[in-house]
Amino acid sequence: MKDIKHLVVSAIKDGTVIDHIPAKDLFKVIAILGLDKIENQVTFGSNLDSKKLGKKAIIKISGLFFRNEDINKIALVAPEAKLNIIKDYNVVEKKVVEVPDNITGIAKCVNPKCITNNEEIVTKFSVVDKKKVILKCFYCEKITSQENMRII
Amino acid sequence: MKNRSLVSISDYSKEEYRKILDLAEEFEKNPRQDLLKGHVVATLFFEPSTRTRLSFESAVSRLGGSVIGFADSSSSSATKGETLRDTIKMVCNYADLIVMRHPLEGSARFASEVSSVPVVNAGDGANQHPSQTLLDMYSIRKTQGTLENLNIFMVGDLKYGRTVHSLLIAMSEFNTTFYFISPDELKMPDEYKRFLKHKGLKYYEFKDFTDIINQADIIYMTRVQKERFSDPIEYERTKNAYILRNHMLKDSRSNVKILHPLPRVNEIHLDVDDNEKAYYFTQALNGVFVRQAIISSILGFK
Repeated sequence: MKDIKHLVVSAIKDGTVIDHIPAKDLFKVIAILGLDKIENQVTFGSNLDSKKLGKKAIIKISGLFFRNEDINKIALVAPEAKLNIIKDYNVVEKKVVEVPDNITGIAKCVNPKCITNNEEIVTKFSVVDKKKVILKCFYCEKITSQENMRII
Repeated sequence: MKNRSLVSISDYSKEEYRKILDLAEEFEKNPRQDLLKGHVVATLFFEPSTRTRLSFESAVSRLGGSVIGFADSSSSSATKGETLRDTIKMVCNYADLIVMRHPLEGSARFASEVSSVPVVNAGDGANQHPSQTLLDMYSIRKTQGTLENLNIFMVGDLKYGRTVHSLLIAMSEFNTTFYFISPDELKMPDEYKRFLKHKGLKYYEFKDFTDIINQADIIYMTRVQKERFSDPIEYERTKNAYILRNHMLKDSRSNVKILHPLPRVNEIHLDVDDNEKAYYFTQALNGVFVRQAIISSILGFK
């Protein structure tokens, strides 16, 4: 029964599977992780049925393993995401993403009068509420809430 | 504090506030010293501000230092399209400290990252103006003899007022009880009330400017601006409700002082000026001593 699920997106030999991504956020996750710019083989499926999320997406990246601080960036858009680390076709480790304390370079500040929206500056936020994903801009000190959040 | 920029009021701890205020007191007794001789402070005002700029420039000059800079961005190469980053990197070569006012929020924080010399924020958009907060605290301490356990009244535009937000944050360290008097449109935002609740501090909100002010140790007045109202009729109805007049002070406490970050328009009537409780002009003078204290500690002379 498990195998039927995996047939929708083929199994990989070694690498990382990111599961339980809300389908609408698939491409945001790809952008955040820079998967559109790497050389590794990447397969993904979208609008797959999910009991938890309704419609989910899965990404499988061959031969790539992420550091926690890199993968946790996707917690901004996909806080329920689950990672399976694959070695030799077997799941050797399962991880969940955690919203980090600080976020650099991913989200845009909601304040049009923030210096980061007027000059070439990498954005920096501290996460003031991990559950509701509320960000405080390091520069202008204004709050960007999840509904106002735009990914760069 | 040495070599550290001052961008936000929260950059300094309670102990550091105290150090600055003590130092300002020393400078008030002795404002002309040659501490900064041979040193150059750049005042970069991308947005004009006569009072703050002159206050900083006076502070530096009276300590024997030199001032360079511009009072308006139209006098700088920002008009040629030069980025803030490049401007700051260039000015570092010419000065030992940068004092900056800029219309965009976060500009001072960014400048402090890019600069090889410390940056003092003289106002970044609607965000921070820490030297104002420190001079407000100095004025409070000087007139009340303490910062602890006071009743501080904030009147007027509490929604957009950068100075009241900043003063609230700083004074929350001293067991202050806050009283907010404002029109419904301009109430103190929830995030600040939550902040006070979190700290276990009491606050009271009023729509009307009444006898309640007889409870005040400090009355901090701010201007109610027309452009902040979505309904101009509402503005017309409310604009006179928050004007302080001399007769309103007849039963006030003997120690109460009226503060205002200035410029005032009509929110403090001229008839208050001769009342000994009117402190707003002395408050502006205190700005020089406080700024001397800030600059000297950052440059390591005190």
